[in-house]
Amino acid sequence: MTGLTPEELEILGLSLRVSFWSVAVSLPFAIAVAYVLARSNFPGKTLFDAIVHLPLVLPPVVVGYFLLLAFGKRGPVGSLLDQWFDIVVAFKWTGAALAAGVMGFPLMVRAVRLSFETIDRKLEATASTLGAGRLAVFSTITLPLALPGVVTGMLLSFARSLGEFGATITFVSSIPGETRTLPLAIYAYIQTPAGDGPALRLSVIAVLLSLAALFLSEMMVRRATRRIMGHDADGRH
Amino acid sequence: MTLTVDIEHRLGAFHLRTAFEAGEGVTALFGRSGAGKTSIVNAIAGILRPDRGRIAIDGEAVFDSGRGIDVPTPRRRVGYVFQEGRLFPHLSVRQNLRYARMFSRAPEPSGQFERAVELLGLAQLLERRPGNLSGGEKQRVAIGRALLSQPRLLLLDEPLAALDAHRKSEILQYIELMRDELRIPIVYVSHVVEEVVRLADTVVLMSAGEVVAAGSVEEVMGRRDLRGTSAAFEGGAVVDARVVEQDMRYDLATLAFDGGMLVATNIDALIGEPVRVRIRARDVSLALEPPRRISIQNVLRGAITAIGAERGGIVDVSVAVGGAVLRSQVTRRSMEQLGLAPGLEVYALIKAVSLDRRSAG
Repeated sequence: MTGLTPEELEILGLSLRVSFWSVAVSLPFAIAVAYVLARSNFPGKTLFDAIVHLPLVLPPVVVGYFLLLAFGKRGPVGSLLDQWFDIVVAFKWTGAALAAGVMGFPLMVRAVRLSFETIDRKLEATASTLGAGRLAVFSTITLPLALPGVVTGMLLSFARSLGEFGATITFVSSIPGETRTLPLAIYAYIQTPAGDGPALRLSVIAVLLSLAALFLSEMMVRRATRRIMGHDADGRH
Repeated sequence: MTLTVDIEHRLGAFHLRTAFEAGEGVTALFGRSGAGKTSIVNAIAGILRPDRGRIAIDGEAVFDSGRGIDVPTPRRRVGYVFQEGRLFPHLSVRQNLRYARMFSRAPEPSGQFERAVELLGLAQLLERRPGNLSGGEKQRVAIGRALLSQPRLLLLDEPLAALDAHRKSEILQYIELMRDELRIPIVYVSHVVEEVVRLADTVVLMSAGEVVAAGSVEEVMGRRDLRGTSAAFEGGAVVDARVVEQDMRYDLATLAFDGGMLVATNIDALIGEPVRVRIRARDVSLALEPPRRISIQNVLRGAITAIGAERGGIVDVSVAVGGAVLRSQVTRRSMEQLGLAPGLEVYALIKAVSLDRRSAG
């Protein structure tokens, strides 16, 4: 195994691009939703919480099918996007990113919400006695202190989207170079007679990518915790 | 500065109903834990919204339920130092101190930061993180941070409670410094008598959500009828005195007050320095004639002005000594044996050892 073939590089590049954008775009929404769930109470909150978690428990194919119905060229959202903004996501890498983003969303929300919930509200009250309005409190106190949770959420969602299969193949199918991400490529190779070799190579790449993501996540969480508490979670300085 | 508080609030079974006014200097909110003191300062800061009432600072209402006024906390300009310090853990000491600057539109008074750092001895700590500070250091930073927000009023909620004895006296000195040098009005919450005696100009005594008494320190702490109000509240008198002599050989100080001279141990103040002394009623004995060959150093001549009702075999006797009124607790048997009655001339006996640094301020 001395380096990757151009084909493998293309698949890898596509997967990384899809996963990166799925996390980047869903992040602000996840933070907002997590904040609302962590801090406020409103009628229908339980239902809202359940809907946010649906992609976690529904069969991925079902999620992909709903995306197709909504965002397909003739679907309610899809036709709007097409007519008004000239944007088409069906059968495009952006659609793969959308599918991955939706599937990883509950994981991000859970991690960020947990972080918000463990922040000492008294620190926020203290900040307001020093003159900070609500937005300032959020950006200078709440969010920085929630950073370990946000990083965890981002990396969990990133790892989840690297492995996203069912929703992706249902919504945007498996178009080489456009939507054939790593898992879809492995699946395609397994189905071809001489595909075992490439399938195995790609699987190893998948393992290495996941390990790298987990390792990076651990490092960043540790650094963020150290910044916040002045020492590591296990007490070392 | 005047602070007017007149609020009512219900929290479960607890009913808070408070009205008082505070002026310049240190106003102590004094009472047992659970009396409602923290709820009041939280209401002043805007962290708690009372069910009804009015809170005004310098005549301007920051809360008025009748007129629908509720100024949000960031705009009240009230500095708050909490029991636990509450420093922002992800910011350095310097960043903590400067936090309020980010939201102030007024230009920073030149030298203000440096003065606060010097006043509180924070120069060595500036680049450290709160996680690496001791309790006393954290409290000093918390005080500095509140001061640098340029508040018109400073709230201190039991700032010494989480500190050990050594740190307590260290921080007490800093608070005294703030009171004397910076002249910011302070509302000081505490359940510890010694702190109140040492720092306060005005005392608001609270019990079970109500104001039981309000007035100057000498007035409130000297009142007979308040004995049962709070477990921490022990009968006695508070007198303002001045050091007139320091005996190095015996480590004794002589203090002059309205009723004459007092000899006390362990007063490390300079000659001429004013010192406030609390003379607990249980430390004062009475005699019909000056005792001979006795170890008691303070024998003061005076006359009984009043005798309080008996409680548990003990009676509370008020004795006028010169221009001051001291209180003494004696058994009812003693009272009958000696024939104590108002108008009788007696000698008040106070051990020098009972007057030490802890009861002086």
